[in-house]
Amino acid sequence: MRGAAATLRGELIGLAGVVERNVYLVRRYIWWDIAFFVWTVANTLTIVYIAKGIEAAGGQIDVERTTTILLIGAVIWAYLGIIFEILTETVAWERWEGTIEYTFMAPLARPVHLAGMGIFSVAYGVVRAVLLFGIVAALFDLQLPEANFWSAVVVLAIASISFVGIGMMTAVLPLISPEKGVQLGFIAQGVLLVVSGVYYPVDVLPGWMQALAVISPATYALDGIRAAILDGAGVGAVWHDIWPLIIIGAVAVPLGLEVFRRGERHAKRHGKLKRSG
Amino acid sequence: MTAVEVSDLRKEFVRRDGPWRRRRVPALCGISFTIERGECVAVLGANGSGKSTLVRLLATLLLHDGGSAHVFGHDVFGDPRAVRRLVNRVSVEASFFKKMSSTENLSYSARFYGMTRGETSRRIPEILERVGFPVERRGEAMEALSRGMQQKVALARALLTAPVLLLLDEPTTGLDPRSKLEVQEFIREVRQIHDATILLCTHDLDEAEALADRIGILHRGELIALGTADELKRRYETETLEGAFFAATGRALVDDEEEED
Ligand SMILES: Nc1ncnc2c1ncn2[C@@H]1O[C@H](COP(=O)(O)OP(=O)(O)OP(=O)(O)O)[C@@H](O)[C@H]1O
Ligand SMILES: [Mg+2]
Repeated sequence: MRGAAATLRGELIGLAGVVERNVYLVRRYIWWDIAFFVWTVANTLTIVYIAKGIEAAGGQIDVERTTTILLIGAVIWAYLGIIFEILTETVAWERWEGTIEYTFMAPLARPVHLAGMGIFSVAYGVVRAVLLFGIVAALFDLQLPEANFWSAVVVLAIASISFVGIGMMTAVLPLISPEKGVQLGFIAQGVLLVVSGVYYPVDVLPGWMQALAVISPATYALDGIRAAILDGAGVGAVWHDIWPLIIIGAVAVPLGLEVFRRGERHAKRHGKLKRSG
Repeated sequence: MTAVEVSDLRKEFVRRDGPWRRRRVPALCGISFTIERGECVAVLGANGSGKSTLVRLLATLLLHDGGSAHVFGHDVFGDPRAVRRLVNRVSVEASFFKKMSSTENLSYSARFYGMTRGETSRRIPEILERVGFPVERRGEAMEALSRGMQQKVALARALLTAPVLLLLDEPTTGLDPRSKLEVQEFIREVRQIHDATILLCTHDLDEAEALADRIGILHRGELIALGTADELKRRYETETLEGAFFAATGRALVDDEEEED
């Protein structure tokens, strides 16, 4: 019993270490983060203005509602980008700095290591997503009278488990292809959001894409968050989005861990962790 | 007690010659040796002889292709986590997050070994002082430090986790003579005070002779000799370790060429 408690304590300290390391990095690269955030805001604006543009061109739409729909899509896009980027850095950044061998030879269980990266990415991603949403909503003076932010956050939190699971799979790519692995992460992000109805209803997609939408966690995240913010749906009312997210999460996380485990084995067999010295 | 027991350890890498051709190149061709607890064994070898491959295998960073390795009785490949707790490593490159300070780099990595904030905030300044690092610079980014200082932080990182087996892969390569001596002095001190077992890979014959109890010669993935400096000199009938090294590797070279004919 005592042995198990000590092991658990050690793992929790290790998990804190992973989070701590990321906090140091954010602190040291804070200006880059701010610059990147400005870029994200600009990028979001280019999308969100589309609603006003359609009205100006004579289209008949509810501008406030359409703006909000686009804004939610853009925020989720940015959020997913952050999660995947941070998880991919589990390997990519450490490989670049050369610390990866020191991290991988430490007595830290890989699932705990990845959980630390996941927890940090979600915490950091939520802060950025909330700021982005707040700033753009204020710029457009969106009133959102119905919004139920609580259930939006619940949906986002549950969806994040799946996002982290998928992120673990993309994190392994730089282990297998040191040069191009990171870019493959962007492909995953793009594909996931295209099929999930990031700026449009899923119904407008061709059949095969709709089939993919069914297994994409982003579909339910976007749907649930839009229902919560536009129509004030409570947690009960978005249950039909929450339960698929729970199932996808329950599959994605163990799958992500297994994929990473195999990637790590492959890297250790072929000497791909790092090659110098 | 035996600290390290390596038996017929083999490792190959796949090398690509062009887009389609692949070839398996042996890096270690079945080496065997043991290191006793508290002993310091140096492994000498030319570039590409397999020194770093041996260190990486023992550090659980590579999977082997045959044979076995045990560290304090734990199977390196069967129970890597038990081994990880006992081992740490210093290599040629210091390898840190460049923008982070030495304290930050040491703190998070010690956390992976279960050290709490309370422990690290006390131990890090202590250990930095001991390796001869100017403690008042511990808040500066790593990239602002000289290579010698970075290497001292790397030593501190390895010692912070109190390893019983220390793997040193060319720890002084590229250091100026003064830093080199400081690091060597420190390695000696670590052995005495911490009772650590050390595997030291190096090109530096003087360093090997000064620090190690026994010296091995690795040549093209084979451990062709292992003994005290005096034994090696006697065996190759030379006055110096350098002479022994060239006699050993030179002869092997001739052997290789004859085989190829
Ligand atoms: N990750 C790897 N991928 C492919 N080949 C490798 C890898 N690591 C080592 N090798 C090959 O294995 C052999 C031994 O390399 P190793 O790095 O162990 O030598 P070394 O003795 O440490 O050399 P050096 O003194 O240059 O550090 C070399 O032929 C090298 O090219
Ligand atoms: Mg080497």
